[in-house]
This record gives sequence, structure tokens and C-alpha cells, in this order.
Amino acid sequence: MTDLGPLVPRQRDMHPVPYDPDYKTSVTRSPKWPLLSMESTPSEETGPRFGHSMLGPLDNNLILNYSRDPDKPAVGERILMHGRVLDEFGRPVPNTLVEIWQANAGGRYRHIKDTYFAPLDPNFGGCGRTITDDEGRYQFLTIRPGAYPWPNRANDWRPMHVHISVFGHSFGQRLITQMYFQGDPLIDQCPIAATIKKRSQLDRLVAPLDMAMARPLDFLAYKFDIVLRGRRQTMFENQLEGM
Amino acid sequence: MTQPLDRLIETPSQTGGPYVHIGCIPTFAGIEGVYPQDLGLSPIADGAKGQVITITGQVIDGTGWALRDALLESWQADAAGKFPGQNGADPNVSGFCRFAADKDSGAFTLRTVKPGPVPARGGAMQAPHISLWIAARGINIGLHTRVYFEDEDNSADPLLARIEQKNRVPSLIATKTGEGAYRFDIRLQGENETVFLDI
Repeated sequence: MTDLGPLVPRQRDMHPVPYDPDYKTSVTRSPKWPLLSMESTPSEETGPRFGHSMLGPLDNNLILNYSRDPDKPAVGERILMHGRVLDEFGRPVPNTLVEIWQANAGGRYRHIKDTYFAPLDPNFGGCGRTITDDEGRYQFLTIRPGAYPWPNRANDWRPMHVHISVFGHSFGQRLITQMYFQGDPLIDQCPIAATIKKRSQLDRLVAPLDMAMARPLDFLAYKFDIVLRGRRQTMFENQLEGM
Repeated sequence: MTQPLDRLIETPSQTGGPYVHIGCIPTFAGIEGVYPQDLGLSPIADGAKGQVITITGQVIDGTGWALRDALLESWQADAAGKFPGQNGADPNVSGFCRFAADKDSGAFTLRTVKPGPVPARGGAMQAPHISLWIAARGINIGLHTRVYFEDEDNSADPLLARIEQKNRVPSLIATKTGEGAYRFDIRLQGENETVFLDI
């Protein structure tokens, strides 16, 4: 009989550095003192669960979920974004909430604070959500976001990217990341992408074109798998009382 | 040579950016109508057992400036120390809340019930606390911390006991400002920096 043990400690060197002078905002927002490292407790091993029943039929269709009118789709290159959520042991993470947000095809966000002069698309909101199936799979239909300039160094541009938020089953698994697109030359110029110092780890954020999942005469596809922290399975640590 | 170790590596984090609200709290960004309502509006429903409390504060950067674009999430047990989903947990406590720093003042407010003590591994008890997770532009990997309460007995809490510099412990303890009202500021960097957790 095995029980779910503590979360596997995070390998911090596989993540971006918190402080990076080339990403200027991180300079004043990164902790200076070391984090307190501790084995997880029920507070981190439990977490919010969300049911499929909360989802609307268009929640994972960003092409239509803002206009809600099949005759008014969002402008842009139509893509399917899909993949699996797994843990470090390769186990699927089923029934977990995946949320995405992104700029429109011109690189403009629908947000009260985005003032870039690329136009808003009246038929594009920019957010979507879904819950993984029993095999940890998820899918979104969306448009490829545009690159855009941002105030950092004198001439910095964000590569095309989709923001992704994943819950897992434990609050300690909480993760926000970004998906980039295969072949985008701006990835290598981007100081935010460059906060990840291991090239092999940055490569894991670059989604390959997946022609097998593209739909002829309709949309291209990009595949993006996500790995969350795992929990040790052990025969030597009894379950906690009340768990 | 050895057998291959077929572990996967966690996907690296990236900042949530300044527009994190679009995906997490769309109405904050000005987006209405995609979802019936924002997720995690309240960690409690009517009828939740226990003392209703309000925690207010700001997320403050290394220069002393309060962030106007921070996203916060909280996770907690109910008043009896049960997490949602556990046997006997209060059905009116979802335990999860999402809230943002105000776009003009940077102030945040969390209204919830005060949680009860929860067990740690090995039989010890943890003092009542609420877990917090903070994402924002400039934060490359989300920050975990905890809110404890100055009017609770925190003396035997295993996490607080692990903090070597006892002068940093108050950074995790909300101060009482009135009946059921607490203040908890999060200092990302510099003097009185909050203790953040690798947990």
C-alpha cells in the first residue's frame, strides 16, 4: 500500500532566476533573502478543485467566446493549442483547471492598462479556460497572438506567446508560464524568456507545429505539454490523520 | 552506466505579466461576458462556520512602492482545520480566493473565515494560517507565503520555528486592527522583507 507523500521539492535551477537586470521590473520585485525551504504540509498538498460543470461550451474557444456569434470570429491565424498536463513521475493530471490569456493578432491586449496603438479586435477578448480530461489532455481553439513592443530596454519586443495558468491538485503545484511558438526569432531577443538560464528548459516552452492535429482548410496546431511538481509515493510514510 | 531515470522536469515558470487579470480576473481587465463570473470571488459562502475576518494590505516592492498589478490567491482550511474535500469539511468553505491589488491604490482585501489549526506531518499541529501565492509582472516564479494571526498561539508552529532570524517572523503575522480586522503587508524586497517559502 502506497500513500501520497510530500511534494517533490522544486528544482529552482530549472526555473527562471527571480532577479535579472535585463528584465527591469524583476530588479525591485525579487526577494533578496533566501526562501525558507521546508517539506510540504497539508496546506500545500491540498488545493482547490474545479468541476467540469462550471465550464461553458465556448470557454476554450477564444475565436468565438467574446463575440458569441459564429459570424463574428476573431481575426488572426486560427490555431489549435493542445497538450497534456503531467507530473514529474509522468502521471497524467486529470480534472485540473487550465486558463490562458493572450494578445490579439496585432499584439494588443484587451486590458484597461494596455495602451499599445495596435487596434483591439472587437471580436476577441483574449481569455479561455478548460479542465483536463481523465488523461490530462486539454485543447484550446484560438488565434496566434502578435508580437508587441514593451517598455523595458530601449527596443524590447515580446515574442508571440500565450500565458498559461495551471492549478494541479495541490496549492504547491501552482504554476503560471508562457508558451512560445516554434521558429519565432524574437524568443532569442526576449529578456523575459532569457530569465530561464538553462536553454533546454527554455526550449520546453517553445511549442512545435503539430501538423497531425491541424485541420485541413481550417486551423494549424501547436502542441504544448505541461509538467507539474509530483508527490512522492511511499510505503514508509503513513497518511495524515483526517486526510 | 546506470538505468535511465525516467523522471520529467517541472515546466519552467514565466511571469504572469501586467495583464495577468485577463486570464484570472477578466472583469478587472474590463472583460465582461466571457464567463458568468470571475473564479474564486470568495472563499466562503453564506453559513460558513467560524469568525468572519477581513485582511487588508498591499504588496510593496523594494523601493517602497505598492504594486498596482499584483494577483493574489489564498488557500486555507475551514474554522475546524479541515480543507475542502476532507471528511467533515464545512461545505460553505471553498477555501480558495483570487483577488487583485487595486489598480489605483494597490490595496487588497480578503474576506474569509479564520481557519483552525491544521496538522503537519508527524503529528505536530500548525497554527492557524492562510496560504498565499503572488503573481505579477516582474515576479518570474510565483511567490508562496503564509498569513498567521497575532491573536493566535503561534509558539509551536513548525514553519515559524524554522525561521532562524526571529526578527523576520513578524513578516508572516497579520496585525489586528479591529474586531475581525487584520493588516498584512507583503514586502517583496528590502527592509522587513516578507519570508517567502520554498515548500
